[in-house]
Amino acid sequence: MNIGLASFGWVTLLVVGLLILLPADFAAAQSTPPNSSPFVLGVPKPIIPQAAKGLQCIAPTDFMRKNHMKLLSHDRDKTVKLGDREIKASLKDCVACHVVNGADNQPVTYEDPKYFCRVCHDYVAVKVDCFECHASVPGITMKGGLNQKSSEAEALAAYVLGDDKKLKPDKPDKAELKP
Amino acid sequence: MTELTTTKADPVSVSRRTFIGGAAAVATVTLAPGITVVAYGSDGEDKLVKGARWGLLIDVNKCPQSCNACVTACSNEHGWEDTGNPLTDAQWIRKVDIKDMKTGLEQSLPVMCQHCETPPCADVCPTGASFRRGDGIVLVDKHLCIGCRYCMMACPYQARSFIHEPLTGQKPYSPRGKGTVESCTLCVHRVDVGRIPACVEACDGTGNGAMIFGNMNDPESEIAKRIAQYPSTQIRADLGLDPGVRYTNL
Repeated sequence: MNIGLASFGWVTLLVVGLLILLPADFAAAQSTPPNSSPFVLGVPKPIIPQAAKGLQCIAPTDFMRKNHMKLLSHDRDKTVKLGDREIKASLKDCVACHVVNGADNQPVTYEDPKYFCRVCHDYVAVKVDCFECHASVPGITMKGGLNQKSSEAEALAAYVLGDDKKLKPDKPDKAELKP
Repeated sequence: MTELTTTKADPVSVSRRTFIGGAAAVATVTLAPGITVVAYGSDGEDKLVKGARWGLLIDVNKCPQSCNACVTACSNEHGWEDTGNPLTDAQWIRKVDIKDMKTGLEQSLPVMCQHCETPPCADVCPTGASFRRGDGIVLVDKHLCIGCRYCMMACPYQARSFIHEPLTGQKPYSPRGKGTVESCTLCVHRVDVGRIPACVEACDGTGNGAMIFGNMNDPESEIAKRIAQYPSTQIRADLGLDPGVRYTNL
């Protein structure tokens, strides 16, 4: 009986809470920008950035929003174990297409709250671990990776970035590495 | 029963590994909608070169002590570097200087993961993260690695490194991160698209030509011809691990 009463109490609270929340949310969505209304509770709805190419993703948007993590975790083993470098759902391709540029017109990394994945993941408070190891900004995605001495890569970098600085190693070459 | 991608005629196939099941094709069983068990079997769905055993042949006579091109190239390719903390810095390849105390002969050779046919790192790995691909390349599946470092203790070549600090600026084709063990991948991202490892490319670039990369199981390949024609040694061959990296004039 006690449990029943307690549950009833919580349900009532929830309903009352919703009643308070709904009109405020509705009003905010109708008339004013999300952040300016004093009645909005919680985090504003994420505004999801367009992919760089602005094209259709590898699957319809609704499907991708629910299933992108499954696609990634299934196919990653094909690359690592079976040497398949042309899988349909690769994180490298996600990163290459879903670029968000910062103020300096360079792609922002996962550190930036504007980063494509973070826009939604911050909203739902789900941490993304991918970029502790994986690059969160596209590299010079040539077949087989970056060949720093290739003139082809330089030309591509100059074309894509308008600047061939990105092609150079992050750190100067070390002449001496101790054995 | 599963079978490795290497063919029956392959001189370096491993029966025990074949028995347990190697890294070959993928088989999936759907238990319920959305729940799929993925098992790596043998149905030939992999993109590995059939029957390959990738390896390196290093001519120590052609490797000058002053040259560090292979090490620098690897560091640039994969993004590991010397930060002045030798106890914790990752090192995928190093130049080792040796001296014969009786004759005074000094030699210098690059040492990296030797890509053993029977890798002790894979034997001791508790999660299956450390594994040997069907084509002989020994890798760490960092999604499975828990950073226990048993493999580092098992490796007689000290080829592996543990990442102690958070990293940034990784290369898209070479993911690396804190809490995992890593080592030379034989530039698997290049090999899979038909290119040669960065160290070999750099060695060719210097004109020394001390390193040859190729499929040791392909009798037509340069490396197979060389090792069939001239004597070559493996470091600590007495351990019976059958490394895929061989040295001449050592």
